[in-house]
Amino acid sequence: MNWSALIVFILLFTLVTVVGFVAARWRRADLNHLNEWGLAGRRFGTMVTWFLLGGDLYTAYTFIAVPALVFGAGAIGFFAVPYTLMVYPFVYVVFPRLWSVSHKHGYVTASDFVRGRYDSGLLALVVAITGILATMPYIALQLVGIQVVIAAMGFTGTGVVGDLPLIIAFVILAAFTYTSGLRAPALIAIVKDLLIYIVIIAAVIVIPMQLGGYAHIFAAIPADKLLLKPPSSANLGTYSAYATLALGSALALFLYPHCVNGVLSASSRKVIKRNMSLLPAYSLVLALIAFLGYMAVAAGVQHDPAYAGWFKQYGPNFAVPALLLHSFPAWFAGVGFAAIAIGALVPAAIMSIASSNLFTRNIYKEYLKPGATPAQEARMAKFMSLIVKLGALAFILFLPGKYAIQLQLLGGVWIIQTLPTVVIGLYTRWLHRWALVLGWLAGMLLGTGMVATQHFKSSIYPLHVGDLTVPGYAALYSLPVNIGIAIILTLVLRALKTPAGVDQTVSADYEHDTP
Amino acid sequence: MTRVKRACWYVVLFVVPYGGVLWVALYNRMEPALFGIPFFYWYQFAWIIVTAIITAAAYFNKV
Repeated sequence: MNWSALIVFILLFTLVTVVGFVAARWRRADLNHLNEWGLAGRRFGTMVTWFLLGGDLYTAYTFIAVPALVFGAGAIGFFAVPYTLMVYPFVYVVFPRLWSVSHKHGYVTASDFVRGRYDSGLLALVVAITGILATMPYIALQLVGIQVVIAAMGFTGTGVVGDLPLIIAFVILAAFTYTSGLRAPALIAIVKDLLIYIVIIAAVIVIPMQLGGYAHIFAAIPADKLLLKPPSSANLGTYSAYATLALGSALALFLYPHCVNGVLSASSRKVIKRNMSLLPAYSLVLALIAFLGYMAVAAGVQHDPAYAGWFKQYGPNFAVPALLLHSFPAWFAGVGFAAIAIGALVPAAIMSIASSNLFTRNIYKEYLKPGATPAQEARMAKFMSLIVKLGALAFILFLPGKYAIQLQLLGGVWIIQTLPTVVIGLYTRWLHRWALVLGWLAGMLLGTGMVATQHFKSSIYPLHVGDLTVPGYAALYSLPVNIGIAIILTLVLRALKTPAGVDQTVSADYEHDTP
Repeated sequence: MTRVKRACWYVVLFVVPYGGVLWVALYNRMEPALFGIPFFYWYQFAWIIVTAIITAAAYFNKV
């Protein structure tokens, strides 16, 4: 057992537990109202939104998995950088419109907007279910992040004893989410980011010094991993995979319920726009985090017998913990581990809140208890947040970790299928509601089918165009089919004069702002 | 310039980083390296900063 790391870890974890509960009193309001519990009253300013969205997008799984991919596979893992930088202009243009219309009409979820815009409970249900399905494995993956750092501190127990630290962390997470709602992850995100920035800045200065500079680090990487493999005349190979993976992920990201939640809790359009030029600061950190993968290679941690057992169990995911243990005194490694574990709590809390908002608003209120009061909604959402987290915990404890990873790959392919409904819907109502449902269905089936042909190990599908093979992200390949079917069926349904429902919104709603 | 016209210009500007990073053949090489970091890496790193500047400019121009 690594006691110094463990003590630092427990101290920091206790600190955020306290912060999580105290958050209930922050900007005090009636937490028995869904708007307060689930969106913190839509009052977050620029700074809090920055921390909250940062906690949303740059999760524990990011800190573990991105360097792990760079560590194991090399340059392809760097796709996270173009991915996150393409997100911001897109969100800048599109998502203030979602904020405006939601603020005007009191929408809590993207599905609420869809319900109001298209007058279709079914389409809203489809969007809600897609969101919940895509988010659940994402929550489970956050737990993988906690699992790895707990193991790194020397917990080697098996069975219930081995799982105990994870269960404790989860009970804490569930309890403060229940009592404080979105306020808790927003406040904890501040602590998380301070820790992450301290660890990363220390890492990118100290470790290269130990290893003899960046030139040395890159010299230690096998040449075929440093760059993407150039395409041949028959196969575009990693070039098309890299570009489509980055673009598809960028388009999908803000459709995830937890990101929508972060956008809607902002206090004005300005806050969102300002954040789109401030959030790239995280992308810079992410790029540095990706370098940790190479530093781990250069430091030779994978050949160190001290870490062999962990690498055997966790594979490349152990690269970052091993590097921290290798390069820093034990107590500082503890700070790093705490940063990663807390980095799991923040998104896990927001994701569970966002999924329970979806369930409450678009399933419970729509189908199970129409006319539920805001207090009943809040009660249901709090209860659901527990169920969602329990599901994620059971997933990790009882199923092999690879299922969570495979489902999360599919999650990206699924969530992008809501893009025509949500994003195009913010600009025009031309696409017919039933056409959108069928386009979604086609996209889901095609995208899932493409990943199935890869035996769920990769979401890169080798598309054959004549003699040329163009490997690309299944999400991006299935999306045009989804949109194409929606367009064709819209023309048919319009010709048949099928009722298109009543639009609750008017065009001025999409520009509406707080004074 | 009207607000709408300005917005159109910025949408064009916004597309530039997409071109910059999606055209992989442009930057998948080692040289010129910067502080020992191969071109592939620092080139994409630089686009983060450029993108942030573009969105900040859009914000200050009230687009």
